[in-house]
Amino acid sequence: MIRPNRTHALRLLVAWAVLSVIGVVIGLQLSLPPGSQSQQSIEQSWLLKLMTLISTPVFVGVVLYILYAVFAFRQRRGVLEDGPPSYGNIRIQVAWVAITAVVVFILAGVGISELDAAATGTNFTSSNAPALATSGSVGTTEGHALQVQVIAQQWSFTYRYADYSGVESLHLVLPVNANVVLHVTSTDILHSFWAYQLGVKADANPGVDNVTYVTTLQTGSFTVRCAELCGIWHGNMSDTNGAVVSQADFATWIAQLQKDNLSIPVPSYAPYYFPSPRVKGT
Amino acid sequence: MATATLGNGDPTLQASERQMVLPTNLLTGIILAALGYYVGVQIGNGFGFNDGLNTGVLLGYTFGSVMFLVGLGFANYPLARLFGWPIAPQSSGDEYRGAWRYLNLSLDHKVIGVQYLVAMLMAMFFGGVGAMLIRTSLLSPDQLVVPPDKYLVLVSMHSVMMVFVASAAIVGPFGNFFVPYMIGTNRMAFPRLEALSFWLVPPAIVILLAAPLFGGFPTGWTGYTPLSEQAGQGFDSYIVGFALIGIALCVSGVNMLTTIISLRAPGMTWTRLPIFVWGVFSASILGTFAAPILASALIMQGFDRSMNTSFFISSNGGSPYLWENLFWFFGHPEVYIFILPAFGIVLELIPHFARKPLWGYRTAVVGLLGVTLLSWFVWQHHLFVSGIAPALRPFYMFSTEMISIPTGIVFLVAFGTLWRAKLSLTVPMLFCLGFLFNFLIGGLSGVFLSDVPSDVTLHGSYFSMAHFHFTIVGGEIFAIIAAIYYWFPKMTGRMLNTRLGKIHFWWMMIAFNLAFMPLFAAGILDMPRRVSTYAPSLQALNQWVSFWAYLLFASMLLFAVNVIWSWFFNAKLAPADPWHARSIEWLLPTPLPRRNFERIPTFTSGPYDYGNPSPRPAVDLSPEPAPA
Repeated sequence: MIRPNRTHALRLLVAWAVLSVIGVVIGLQLSLPPGSQSQQSIEQSWLLKLMTLISTPVFVGVVLYILYAVFAFRQRRGVLEDGPPSYGNIRIQVAWVAITAVVVFILAGVGISELDAAATGTNFTSSNAPALATSGSVGTTEGHALQVQVIAQQWSFTYRYADYSGVESLHLVLPVNANVVLHVTSTDILHSFWAYQLGVKADANPGVDNVTYVTTLQTGSFTVRCAELCGIWHGNMSDTNGAVVSQADFATWIAQLQKDNLSIPVPSYAPYYFPSPRVKGT
Repeated sequence: MATATLGNGDPTLQASERQMVLPTNLLTGIILAALGYYVGVQIGNGFGFNDGLNTGVLLGYTFGSVMFLVGLGFANYPLARLFGWPIAPQSSGDEYRGAWRYLNLSLDHKVIGVQYLVAMLMAMFFGGVGAMLIRTSLLSPDQLVVPPDKYLVLVSMHSVMMVFVASAAIVGPFGNFFVPYMIGTNRMAFPRLEALSFWLVPPAIVILLAAPLFGGFPTGWTGYTPLSEQAGQGFDSYIVGFALIGIALCVSGVNMLTTIISLRAPGMTWTRLPIFVWGVFSASILGTFAAPILASALIMQGFDRSMNTSFFISSNGGSPYLWENLFWFFGHPEVYIFILPAFGIVLELIPHFARKPLWGYRTAVVGLLGVTLLSWFVWQHHLFVSGIAPALRPFYMFSTEMISIPTGIVFLVAFGTLWRAKLSLTVPMLFCLGFLFNFLIGGLSGVFLSDVPSDVTLHGSYFSMAHFHFTIVGGEIFAIIAAIYYWFPKMTGRMLNTRLGKIHFWWMMIAFNLAFMPLFAAGILDMPRRVSTYAPSLQALNQWVSFWAYLLFASMLLFAVNVIWSWFFNAKLAPADPWHARSIEWLLPTPLPRRNFERIPTFTSGPYDYGNPSPRPAVDLSPEPAPA
């Protein structure tokens, strides 16, 4: 009774180890989105990769086991035999639970530490920030963080640069190597601000100032989409003209923006907005 | 002894329900429903607030549903008790015979199981047609085939319909039909509640299907405010229809719990309970306690729409967060209402086809109950990016990842049972193995979503959509189909065609995986859920998905052909025990006698005693009567 058990287990273990190593090696080659445009997207890409690497041996193991069982543990054709009456093995059960628990604790530990890093890593000193600063120190990793309000409405995003006399833009442009604080809010219903390459997603709620952080690292364009169902043009609520630009380009751009003084239909500045009360009978 | 007779009494003693002036049957029900709807609309429009006529539609649906139940005969017994009318004892079975019996109020759990099965398959068909229209519209990003407003109606109809199906399609048909057999009783604890839990479903489906007549609703199954405030009267279908399903879940949960706790036959100890009954039991705990939250939250939304309350209206001081939290506090236990009985089915079927005892039975039970417990502590993982207090996020990340421990136990138990087994790859077994594969992918992708930083990228994208389709379609629906192939001979007296079944399995397995696997990539490549348009670069991927989705639908049509042909056009009676299984339902004759057990059986061992060199009979079907 012992020997066949051991043979099967050994075969499975060897095959599992070999295939898992192959799988992990392939997994290591992957470069997963959202990329490296910001500190946040680097973290997310790394975490997605880590979880892919952890899942690979699990996936390989389960699929291998199912296939092995199907081929090795088959009923012979035309007979009806019972298998060995084993009702469980408490050591294997305890070990299994212990292993899954350890994996879970590792995953949760990594996740929580990443979360802490995301919360504390941004050097967020808005309290010292002059409300309408125009000096070069705004929005650099050394200076204080750039404050941008993201105003969602059906069906577009508007960006208001609090540090630049509240000038508004329909495209999000950010300086590179900057700590940015995004204040996401909505004037009507729920939206979700998703700057894909920046690794930022935050729901826009009416009456709420949802704060999220991003530290830009590389110049380049990015896509903004709405990630929360917001009515019929939800799918069209996107903008591919978001950009991270050099500090100098950003200064030029924002100066031009202030000069242009576009009139964008958003309410005047408030930390958050409420939709106008529903009119009955309309 | 007296209480035992009462507890396990003859169902016919309760089936005594005709005291009204009107004959109570389906036709009366439909006529009264139409009348009730008309009266409700008139009252609502006449006396309601000036609110876009939501009050009328809400009251119309509510009155219509209640009058439908009255017309079916649900009021007869309470009214008779209230007014002291005589309750005529009936000598034999239900009032109606033949197929008409299945279209009327019946208190026989076997009839209710079949009613549920047919209703759920029909609802699944409606939902599936919705999915096909969605995929047709996504063949191109130009929004021409289906305009975006109609697209959202389709998404909402598909999602709510499929949630109805997923909530009830295991406990409804198989729980009602087989739990009484498995625990050795002649009926459920509350046969009227059992019937009610079914008869709430057809009005819910009809009300949901009526939504497009009022312009549909654009919110998906989550019904988030304030988007729902912008919806017209179509959204009232969501409120009433979903609330009826919530009531049905709660009623059925109470009934199942009571039955399983108090009506087990002698010898059916908690450790001999078939694992399927444990799956139903744990889902029933969730249904009993989670569904009332849904119903209450829906009533609050109904009040917001009709009576000018503002629980969720932010401009009047309400909070959309309140809805999000109430909804997901129900919604996450809800998804375990989907999957726990599916675990039960898979772990129930594998021992019979592996011809081994269920390996680690007690651990499996701990796993199911562990999921049940943990499911209450994870709901905010749906709200990681909503702006909840950041300090809460580590806890919900951790509790969500903890779910992998009891879920891992389910896989361990399945694997332990497969170890050195004598596997027969019958059709139900193939679907069980397919379940393990699909649910593995669903579960692993869930870990990606549970982690807050990676969820920031994946949340609300096609990744999460692919994740829950792998768990619900690849998991639960596969388990349901396994259960249909397995129990069909006992439920209907006909075998399903094996050859068609095997074709169905491979076709469905391949089409399902090829359709949904690329959607993980779509999500990682920046495609949000519920969009009617997408980046042009993703068109080839979407067309591939649509192609395989059509084939997936076609595989279900093949299944439908198999069911209809085997059921109605195949005269050959199935053998009593086609699978040579040891559990009690297969020891009974086919077709099943009207009365489950002439004498309440005595269980002498568990249902999975395969390979035992001195097998005792699992159950004594005609125990000696106890000495007086």
